[in-house]
Amino acid sequence: MSVVESRAQACLKPEDAALLEQTWSDPPGVRGWFSAINHKTISLRFMITTFVFFVLGGLLALAIRLQLAGPDGKVVGADMYNQLFTMHGSTMMFLFAVPVMQAVATYLVPLMIGARSVAFPRMNAFAYWIFTLGGMMLFIAFFLNVGPDAGWFAYVPLSSLQYSPTKRVDIWAQMITFTEMAGLMEAIVLITTILKMRAPGMTLNRMPLFVWTILATSFMVLFSMPAVMLASTALITDRLVNTQFFNPLKGGDALLWQHLFWFFGHPEVYMIFIPPLGMISSIVATFSRRPVVGYAAMVLAVIATAFFAFGLWVHHMFATNLPELGKTFFTAASLMIAIPTAIQIFCWIATLWTGRIHLRTPLLFVLAFFFILVAGGLTGLMLASVSLDTQLHDTHFVVAHLHYVLMGGAVFPLFGAFYYWFPKFTGRLLNESLGRWNFWLFFIGFNLTFFPMHVLGLQGMPRRVYTYPAAMEWGGLNLAATVGAFTIAVSVLLFIINVLRSRRHGEPAGADPWGAGTLEWSVPSPPPAANYEMVPVVHARDPLWEAPGLPSHVSGLANDYREILVTSVADARLDHRLWLPSSSLAPFVTALATSVLFVGSIFTPWAVVWAAIPVAIGATWWFWPKKDIVEQRTGSEVSPYDVEAES
Amino acid sequence: MRFRAVSIPILGITGTAPGTSPAAPLQDALHAYGIQAWHIGRLWNFTLALCALVFAAIVVACLFAVWRAPRADAATPPDLRSLAQPERRIHRTVAWAVGLATVGLLVLLAADVFTARALGRLPLQDAVNIELTGHQFWWEARYLDPDSKRQFVTANELHIPVGRPVIVTLRSKDVIHTLWVPNLHGKRDMIPGRTATLQFRADQPGTYRGQCAEFCGLEHAMMALLVEAEPNAQYEAWAEGQRRRAPEPATDAARRGRDLFLSKSCVRCHTINGIGATSALGPDLTHLASRTTLAAGMLPNDSSHLASWILDPQTLKPGVYMPVNRMRPDELHDLLAYLETLK
Repeated sequence: MSVVESRAQACLKPEDAALLEQTWSDPPGVRGWFSAINHKTISLRFMITTFVFFVLGGLLALAIRLQLAGPDGKVVGADMYNQLFTMHGSTMMFLFAVPVMQAVATYLVPLMIGARSVAFPRMNAFAYWIFTLGGMMLFIAFFLNVGPDAGWFAYVPLSSLQYSPTKRVDIWAQMITFTEMAGLMEAIVLITTILKMRAPGMTLNRMPLFVWTILATSFMVLFSMPAVMLASTALITDRLVNTQFFNPLKGGDALLWQHLFWFFGHPEVYMIFIPPLGMISSIVATFSRRPVVGYAAMVLAVIATAFFAFGLWVHHMFATNLPELGKTFFTAASLMIAIPTAIQIFCWIATLWTGRIHLRTPLLFVLAFFFILVAGGLTGLMLASVSLDTQLHDTHFVVAHLHYVLMGGAVFPLFGAFYYWFPKFTGRLLNESLGRWNFWLFFIGFNLTFFPMHVLGLQGMPRRVYTYPAAMEWGGLNLAATVGAFTIAVSVLLFIINVLRSRRHGEPAGADPWGAGTLEWSVPSPPPAANYEMVPVVHARDPLWEAPGLPSHVSGLANDYREILVTSVADARLDHRLWLPSSSLAPFVTALATSVLFVGSIFTPWAVVWAAIPVAIGATWWFWPKKDIVEQRTGSEVSPYDVEAES
Repeated sequence: MRFRAVSIPILGITGTAPGTSPAAPLQDALHAYGIQAWHIGRLWNFTLALCALVFAAIVVACLFAVWRAPRADAATPPDLRSLAQPERRIHRTVAWAVGLATVGLLVLLAADVFTARALGRLPLQDAVNIELTGHQFWWEARYLDPDSKRQFVTANELHIPVGRPVIVTLRSKDVIHTLWVPNLHGKRDMIPGRTATLQFRADQPGTYRGQCAEFCGLEHAMMALLVEAEPNAQYEAWAEGQRRRAPEPATDAARRGRDLFLSKSCVRCHTINGIGATSALGPDLTHLASRTTLAAGMLPNDSSHLASWILDPQTLKPGVYMPVNRMRPDELHDLLAYLETLK
């Protein structure tokens, strides 16, 4: 049985450490590459994949900006333009913004809570493969000129078979199935990891704020994504087997789609925005050399935001003929969700105010958050008003607002987070002066791109128009926006150069280059395969800052197979030991089979039947019990009576 | 008291001075030429002022915090005093700030409710009733009248009397469209299977441009609408003209053009009152020549544009439902001669 060591004993004997490393490492070779399930391996791939989608989505945006740079643009036609903005929105929302947060979380959460892995590591790998294959399907379709063109929101009846007769909308709807399936699985992985796998002593009250934000976000994923999966499945069946969910002529309702879509779509904004709040809390604490002001208030604010986010969806539908009194409720809710965000912003400012500041690139990106996100939040208050929204809705003002919120609230903190945790991922620091160039070009380019769009919206320029007549006099501001977009592109290019250069030639980081207080900085950079040679026992919120307590570590976990500790939900008391599965090709193969099913069912409903067979075979292989492992596992079990007898 | 002359320049952004005739078509939310847009504009000014104040306060607080705080580096030992004793003063300050923010939000909520109430109180006696139907990618307008003989249909161009309320009933034939004439009022969706209404009033004569605001397919960008606000007498004269049937063609060319219209594919989609063309798939052409634009605000309505539109709408506006029409030059000439009589 695991025994809590009473003396500080941080290291294993070298031969045990080597064995532990080997146990948790992914197998070598091509087959091994596809069998990998270590959470850090999967997470790095996941991050890189989402970043590739971010770059692709950005390139689509550049094409959009070129087309709109002047009146009567001829760079692309209407058909291509509609594909471009649909692909840009879908890519950024479904293939970048939500999954990148989950990707970062699957790397950092186990390290932050003193765990050796995420829960369900094979499902984690499976979710990654499903996500990647779904994203590939979308872009392959786009390059074959069957990219979706009904908007990332795919409103019916425009997306119905009658008005979108080609396969474009089916591709979109099926991409939703892929990414939401992956998103739901990652949410289950993260919730389980956070609630059951924290190191002994890490009570909920000592959990880093970043982990709290991931917990809140994962629950939001769990409650909101089924709505959009339901909607997109109903859309597919409307298109494929002639159901009539959304057809008003047959008793369906076009508004039903909007309710279902935004019941997911609005929480999604907060699923994108909440994890960065945790990143900001980590960065602000470390670079102002003190814990964040008001831990309890911060946690409650995050939970309140996650909760209220489900009560706002109708503010995307203020121009419809829903009852006016009902709309007022959603105005009130949309205004009130600003309160928890205000609490957090004031707490961070108080932290900076009372701290001693170490001004490095991660903190610069966070300071930009205070500028951009606050501006975006305030324009959000304008959109929350029914009356103002009737003027601003579906104009470039909203384009400006949403980019201020999502870029300011998510992308800037995410870049900050990347500068902050890159040393942990690779063992080397990113270059600081390139980082500053990266930051300033991004900040200036961003504001140059999106600030003019506020004015354009007020000047009457709607969204999603592929061109506009010269007489409207929108040309000048649009040109400014295009120049800004290319400035952002240069800045992202600098970032890529910085990453590629620093990965090999960056300054070596050591375990804790920033003098931070949370647990992930206690292990070497990059962390060993098992994260912790000995699972730590936690006595404080910032274990590396506060005086170490005793006992300091847990010993007695196996080194020759993937054994972890399971602890209780609230107080993280020792509960039991658990074996995690080892590397396997099955998740990848099952993901391939599942993709065949999903892609096939774009073309025929029968694919759901015949493609279920390879999926079943893959899953059976995946879960087939191996005799030797079962024997070893039952052999390692200790009867509770024996433990009682011992003590 | 009735409200008149409501043009207001909106805070922070300069534009055309009210009253002068602008170069660009009027399509912006910055200048109100109707009472409804004026109410919204006033709410905008108030909200913008309050938000600008809050934004400035937060950015200044943040910059000041960074500026005043002593510098440190990674080796600086962390300041853990807050763990030993709670920072009551800081907590109090944060609580005050949050309280202030809450008050600000409640004020915004109240302002929104009062504006919504003001918008709902537009006096509606003596209103002009219009049923506006969205199509991919044009607007069909039916001017309603209790006496069904006095109803008439037009497309892509509304005329309304200055100072009289207008009640627009919104419908859609195909996908979702949105009516938005920003100088007069905010927007409202046209959703198939549902009916909505929008009530507004123009308080200054002028031509106001509107544009479909909900993405509605390939040519969403090319779905504009002109609203001509004119003195009541002028409006009534226009409406009377629209109620009349198409005039009998006076020249031979025009007569041949009418026969061509009836024998070619035109008649399958378009209505011309008085000659037996009654299909409603495309815009009603009874008074085509009285309109200033073609193809939903896309082209000026003159004979050269009309000719190229008839011959090849698919090049000018790809995705429009009107097919390419092949005809000899003399046929085209006759057809144009007829269409130009449809004043």
